[in-house]
Amino acid sequence: MLNDLLLTLPITIATVWVLVLILCEAFVHNANLTRWLTAIGFAGIIASIFLIPSPEGYAYGTMLRTGTFTNFSNFIFAVSGLLVVSISDKYLEEEEINFGEYYIILFISTIGMMLMGSAANLSVIFIGLETMSVALYTLAGMLRKDVRSNEAAMKYFLLGSFATGFFLYGIALIYGATGELALPRIAASLQTNGVSTLFWIGLSLLMIGFLFKVSAVPFHQWTPDVYEGSPTTAAAFMSTGSKAAAFSSLIIVLSNISIALPNNAVLQTAFAYIAVATMAVGNITALTQDNLKRMLAYSSIAHAGYMLVGIAAGSNEGYSGVLYYALIYTLMNVGAFGVIAVLERHRTLTNASDYAGLFKQHPLLAGLMAVFMFSLAGLPPFGGFVGKYKVFAAAVEADLTWLAIVGVLASVVSVYYYLRVVIFMFMRDPEPAPQANANATGSFALVAIAVIVFLMGIFPTEVLKLADNAMKVALK
Amino acid sequence: MEIGMTHYLALSAFMFTTGVIGVLTRRNAIVIFMSIELMLNAVNLSLVTFSHYLNDVQGQMLVFFVMTVAAAEAAVGLAIVISMFRNKQTINIDEINILKY
Repeated sequence: MLNDLLLTLPITIATVWVLVLILCEAFVHNANLTRWLTAIGFAGIIASIFLIPSPEGYAYGTMLRTGTFTNFSNFIFAVSGLLVVSISDKYLEEEEINFGEYYIILFISTIGMMLMGSAANLSVIFIGLETMSVALYTLAGMLRKDVRSNEAAMKYFLLGSFATGFFLYGIALIYGATGELALPRIAASLQTNGVSTLFWIGLSLLMIGFLFKVSAVPFHQWTPDVYEGSPTTAAAFMSTGSKAAAFSSLIIVLSNISIALPNNAVLQTAFAYIAVATMAVGNITALTQDNLKRMLAYSSIAHAGYMLVGIAAGSNEGYSGVLYYALIYTLMNVGAFGVIAVLERHRTLTNASDYAGLFKQHPLLAGLMAVFMFSLAGLPPFGGFVGKYKVFAAAVEADLTWLAIVGVLASVVSVYYYLRVVIFMFMRDPEPAPQANANATGSFALVAIAVIVFLMGIFPTEVLKLADNAMKVALK
Repeated sequence: MEIGMTHYLALSAFMFTTGVIGVLTRRNAIVIFMSIELMLNAVNLSLVTFSHYLNDVQGQMLVFFVMTVAAAEAAVGLAIVISMFRNKQTINIDEINILKY
């Protein structure tokens, strides 16, 4: 028992720390203190991943998986949380929702993500998914006096729980077909007893749940509404952390099933077509958006499509590409939402045209936004390029060259709407200047993100090696 | 006639379908939420059935977690409905349509 607590140290730390946060908020009732303590909690999780990396194996029976894959995915979630906390406070003060609860709920959501990223059992995936989602529904509705935030929360909640129903029915049917909930034992049962129709129905239902969470077409309609209505910083968290969590869970499920069903053509074709539809719908709809938050929401759908290319490849290469992509996407998307949060005023000034001449007023912000836009568009030398290269290369290796070509064409389309923002910022004359609203921590975080995005584009080798290593050991 | 596993599973599938139809056709947020709860409980029935006939305890264990999660979801969901109603005096989802492109 004690050993298990140490093996899953990041989750243990987070679970203990969240109790500290709740007690502190209840008795001291100081949002600033809670924010700092939350940041310390995230920093502690990151430190524990580096200082005491968990060895390969299982914890709590076969409930949780430990090892390099888990370390990598936990790192993504903690980084996402830490960055979102550091860009949040100015925005929350401006919107008059600077409550300590915001940070606590964000932290709880991260625990759910960590459970999803280290699950080895379908029941743990379900609990992690729900811990994450229920917390996110609350975050979406945080601006409770604003009808748009209410609407975002309502839509997210109803559609999210609807998808959970399918997800859970999938788990029940897989359980009925194999008699197991632990993924390694499900794989073993499939190998000995064969694959039944019931299992395929269950797996499809399970995939509906995952595809909803990563906002893949045709389960994407909630994404733009929820991102637009939610507080901007909460949208930054939803679009990065929860997507990364859903993808890491998806990889865990698929890599376990692929032990019994290696190179399954049905799964590969299904994911390839979903990836094409997701990239096409995301990118083409983003072209017509003027509101930057909606534009980033459609772009987030498109990025889910690129990551699904790696999932469709179904190889170690593809999966580690998705991991790398999830990390770099987390960084650049939190950055982009962070800049929007700095400039936004009570839901105004979020259109691309409001950014006209930003460079003359706030050269630093304009420069940062340009870096994030270039990286999201996948232009070298920024990190986004390496991520795309990695997943598309994996698709080519898996004999899905056509899929890689579609992916490259889709990213060419995406350049238009990302660069449109940059053109507004640098080449138009300023209108009445938008007031920047950053403080030291927020600006420092944004600059740090931009530097890391740049570095990950120039020197990607070390991080790629970590991602490759995470997959190699996990699939053994 | 002996009531067996198939009957329970058929009932569960029927309940689940009823829930799905309810979500898709109803317009009151609370009724939609009730339909979602019906879906979750249909799954619980499936889990218990499988668990019983497989002589395996894991399914019943998961049922407890599902019930807990459903309770948490209800708390958050009703809170969202209330805050919506305070601002808009309606919970008809056809009238909740500010966000669109």
